[in-house]
Amino acid sequence: MKKSDRRRKPLLADRKILRRAVLDSFLKLRPQTMLKNPVMFVVEAGATVTTIQLAWNAFHRGGALAFGFQITLWLWFTVLFANFAEAMAEGRGKAQAETLRKARAETQARRVWGDGHTEMVPSSKLRAGDIAIVSAGEFIPGDGEIIAGVASVDESAITGESAPVIREAGGDRSAVTGGTRVLSDEITIRITSNPGETFLDRMIQLVEGASRQKTPNEIALNILLAGLTIIFLVAVVTLEPFAVYSGAPQNLFVLVSLLVCLIPTTIGGLLSAIGIAGMDRLIQRNVIAMSGRAVEAAGDVDVLLLDKTGTITLGNRQATSLHACPNVSEVDLARAAQLASLADETPEGRSIVVLAKEKYGLRGHDLAQLNPNFIPFTAQTRMSGVDLDGQHIRKGAPDAIEHYVAEQGREVPAAIKQAVSEIASSGGTPLLVAENDRVLGAVALTDVVKGGIRERFDHLRAMGIRTVMITGDNPLTAAAIARTAGVDDFLAQARPEDKMALIKKEQAVGRLVAMAGDGTNDAPALAQADVGVAMNTGTQAAKEAGNMVDLDSNPTKLIEIVEIGKQLLITRGALTTFSVANDVAKYFAIIPAMFAAAFPQLKVLNVMRLHSPESAILSAVIFNATIIIALIPLALRGVRYRPVGATALLRRNLLIYGLGGVVAPFVGIKLIDVLLTHLHVV
Amino acid sequence: MTANGWFQILLYLLVIFLLTKPVGIYLARVFEREKTSLDPALRPVEKLIYRLTGTDEKREMRWTEYAAAMLLFSGVSMALLYLILRTQKWLPLNPQKLPNVDPWLAFGTAASFTTNTNWQAYSGESTMSYFTQMAGLAYHNFASAAVGIVLAIAVIRGIARRETDQLGNFWVDTTRCLLWVLLPICLAASLVLVSQGVIQNLRAYSRAKLIDPYTAQAAGANGKTTAQRVTEQVIPQGPVASQEAIKELGTNGGGFFNANSAHPFENPTPFSNFFELILIFAIPSGFTYTLGRMTGSRRHGWAVWATMAALFLAGASTAYWAEARGNPLLHGVDRQATAMQAGGNMQGKETRFGIADSALFATVTTDASCGAVNSMHDSFTPLGGMVPLVNIMLGEIVFGGVGAGLYGMVVFVILAVFIAGLMVGRTPEYLGKKIESYDVKMAMLSILVLTFTILGFSAIAAVEPFGTASITNPGPHGLSQIVYAYSSSAGNNGSAFAGLKVNTPWYNASTAAAQLLGRFFMVIPILAIAGSLARKKILPASSGTFPVTGPLFTTLLVSTILIVGALTFFPALSLGTILEHLMMLAGKTF
Repeated sequence: MKKSDRRRKPLLADRKILRRAVLDSFLKLRPQTMLKNPVMFVVEAGATVTTIQLAWNAFHRGGALAFGFQITLWLWFTVLFANFAEAMAEGRGKAQAETLRKARAETQARRVWGDGHTEMVPSSKLRAGDIAIVSAGEFIPGDGEIIAGVASVDESAITGESAPVIREAGGDRSAVTGGTRVLSDEITIRITSNPGETFLDRMIQLVEGASRQKTPNEIALNILLAGLTIIFLVAVVTLEPFAVYSGAPQNLFVLVSLLVCLIPTTIGGLLSAIGIAGMDRLIQRNVIAMSGRAVEAAGDVDVLLLDKTGTITLGNRQATSLHACPNVSEVDLARAAQLASLADETPEGRSIVVLAKEKYGLRGHDLAQLNPNFIPFTAQTRMSGVDLDGQHIRKGAPDAIEHYVAEQGREVPAAIKQAVSEIASSGGTPLLVAENDRVLGAVALTDVVKGGIRERFDHLRAMGIRTVMITGDNPLTAAAIARTAGVDDFLAQARPEDKMALIKKEQAVGRLVAMAGDGTNDAPALAQADVGVAMNTGTQAAKEAGNMVDLDSNPTKLIEIVEIGKQLLITRGALTTFSVANDVAKYFAIIPAMFAAAFPQLKVLNVMRLHSPESAILSAVIFNATIIIALIPLALRGVRYRPVGATALLRRNLLIYGLGGVVAPFVGIKLIDVLLTHLHVV
Repeated sequence: MTANGWFQILLYLLVIFLLTKPVGIYLARVFEREKTSLDPALRPVEKLIYRLTGTDEKREMRWTEYAAAMLLFSGVSMALLYLILRTQKWLPLNPQKLPNVDPWLAFGTAASFTTNTNWQAYSGESTMSYFTQMAGLAYHNFASAAVGIVLAIAVIRGIARRETDQLGNFWVDTTRCLLWVLLPICLAASLVLVSQGVIQNLRAYSRAKLIDPYTAQAAGANGKTTAQRVTEQVIPQGPVASQEAIKELGTNGGGFFNANSAHPFENPTPFSNFFELILIFAIPSGFTYTLGRMTGSRRHGWAVWATMAALFLAGASTAYWAEARGNPLLHGVDRQATAMQAGGNMQGKETRFGIADSALFATVTTDASCGAVNSMHDSFTPLGGMVPLVNIMLGEIVFGGVGAGLYGMVVFVILAVFIAGLMVGRTPEYLGKKIESYDVKMAMLSILVLTFTILGFSAIAAVEPFGTASITNPGPHGLSQIVYAYSSSAGNNGSAFAGLKVNTPWYNASTAAAQLLGRFFMVIPILAIAGSLARKKILPASSGTFPVTGPLFTTLLVSTILIVGALTFFPALSLGTILEHLMMLAGKTF
């Protein structure tokens, strides 16, 4: 798939984004903005308090100015770094929104009035329900449904995909999006959205993060972080009376340093960046999620409903084998089948020609001399074929051919009947080929399962996700494909209402269901599913009903969406665990430093052997600030996701982020202390 | 340390392990209203009680009503005890003619017994009449224990049930808890204790002639000290055995005598000591199995048990090691453990129990919110004394108080599941229940209450004269005395670093406040969690479900308890017991 360049930009390399992020991190210092993030708000409040104390000290020439200055500086850096992380995450979205805005530029539209006359109006004047005509070379003025005509449309402005797509009235490919361009032909569309509410508008809002609301999980995590912040606030505030009792009162810089180091600033600073980056990862894969809640739900999904055609199997059935009558050679059968299919433009028909060519070396015949008379498929005969000189070749469904030869007083040989039932029972569709009154043999049309799909289902199973294949086939056929593809379950002869019933049944026992769909009759199920991914090529109704739209219209992407949802949650959990685990080392850095002067015995707790009380406290504060910067790439990229079971995943992540979170700051603080001492900073 | 000491500690854990399943099954059967062998005898009594009180045993309650009924029951019981204490002079069964209890002490004691704390700012034998002990204090020992147990049952129901707001009927649960669980076990246990020599009578105190009279210095009314010849000793009597059993089984801890389980009439032999220890952990340990059985995940129950057992062993070993090592400053004193002497730090310990049993008792009584003592924690070495303190600060979730230990542990389980649960890439789930913002909010609230109460009151007491005046040892030890008092109160433990003089208006009022906050303000958010969990669907488990069983989960839970629960108190500990230990090593004691 070719994508335009804007989706491939490396994460941190874009200068423009970087410059803007630096500026934004200062703008975000406004207390109203900071209040949304309780942890960082406390840090900002702490930094403000130490700044005032520092000014007072400078004015009254009291206390250790150099130490106080450095602590204050790094406290401000802590806040700025957190803001920077958020600004970086927003940066790419903003850049992308600018590109999209260009596509939204005002265009002229040919509006059709009820009496049939047309009038040129600005696209912003069009309202839902209006009819407009768009010709080759013109931009489509708004989201709509084609009511007449067929056209090739360049949708690269939205999808990034440069190859044009076909859009036509009726069926499941009737939706067009405002801002895309008609390349050929002319279409009449009914506008379905008012200006400002179009798909493009919503997409701009989404990528910009303007309409971003905290997701349920994020809210819960924020409560946990706020709770931990209050607990540590109590611990630090009450420490001063204990210190006074012990005859070792502390100064403000030290107390604020301890507080800032203990509260979960790492996750607090990166939390919103993780959320924004998660949405962004979806957008990079050309999926537009209508809400963050949907992305989170994707991580929780228990059941995936997958349409067989296009998702599990390649679009159409293909001829894969021939079964000739005992007294007929396979080559003869192949030749007859090929002849009967030459005029058949259906994918099935073409696949027969291809099979005959590739497997039996039969080239296309020069038919002009044979004066062929092609018999097209009709619903009555349910056969197609060709009449040559005295040769009547027919191919069709077994019962149709049986009827055809029976009229001529012949029967289908038992061997072929046997072959037909074998093909059917193994999931294929049998076709019979007859020449005049004689059945030559059977052609097996079978579904071809997409490469690598089985492995993906195995991964999903390891993650505890069940896959259910939805197909209109009979149960026998469905079972065979299900076996080949490795899905856990299937729903055969599925009607739209069956799909709906299945979703409701799964949801009743508490499972979350995801599905993809494009047709109008998919819309109710898309709305009912917890994660409903509509195809961009689909109908407007389907796009409205789902909570995500895949611009590439690739239903297999459902699996990627689930992985992105999981990755988002894992990243949050990993950094929370890391942040909380960090506290152990910080206590060991700061507590002995606070009381070493009054009680030299407490130096045994200085397990890192930090140089001096000042360097210890400063090192802890610097570590606390820089770890935010160090983890920005991880927050934006996400923790690498592995398709394994929960226990294995938990063990691995606990080891890395839990144990790692305990150990890392011991090493980090020590290194910073060595560096500070070497540079004679304290 | 001796092999015998280790053997006793490990034997104890083994017995507790073996008791867990039968006790757990019994508890579950009682509260799930399944058949038990006591039904023929107790069912008529139960029905009679419901008929007399007009209780509809089929009707269940939402969490708010359950909480309201619990508060009402506790409030009325507390007022009743206050009245008894204030009027005992005129009430029967007062052979010693003990006066009415003063208002502050009466309030403090009423709060303390209602909250299952049994913090005692008085000496039982010189303050409480037999009537008060039996109708007031022993009643509360049963009632407050029952409240703890039924609250835990309500919490387990919240986890186990789906899509309902009903958590059971408080009155029915309490009645069944008393009839089926507490009364029968205590009846049998009292007899076992009597067999060991625990007394049970209503006689006036005995007077005994001293074989070896001695001269004591006594301060007269005019301030002068005079020498007095002591030839007689008063030996207090009373209905001890009946109160002793529930004191341990209900993790109450309020001793009949001031010396608590160090007193030979309360705890005469090593066997009675071992038996009392078993009573303390029996129900809390059984509850882990009840949790597993009622929620259908016995392996989860055992994972919780393993977490508790690991923390218990860590505490018991540290305390035993610290006490057996003794005070390093006593050079040249023979402190070897031999057949003739216990060795180590024997200050404040009973010779019939020795080091191991004292360290074990101190660990068990503070792991559970019992607070009974068979030795004086104040006299432990700094590190030995830190073990009980830390146990209480963790929230007494290492087996814990009856019921209270389990629901306290559930809060940590929810936090552990929430913090680490995201790491498996799903919204955190606990046994199929999604943990959402409301649950996290309530869990944090209950932890916050504990932290705020302990550290807040301690901070005030540490700098205000009315707080510091009660300290009997200066320096870090004094700080530990204060922190211990409020930890013990907020945690509803009731044991004391006995040095602190707590019968003052400030300490009576503030410890009572800490006890009430620590009990009810902690329980209400937890009941709210139960109510919220009960309303949720139970998601079917799959290989993607967060595992709440096995060693991995146990490790996670232990780490969460230590990091979230204990780290908050690290500053207070470093200026208290840790500093005291380090200064002792440097040659300075307090």
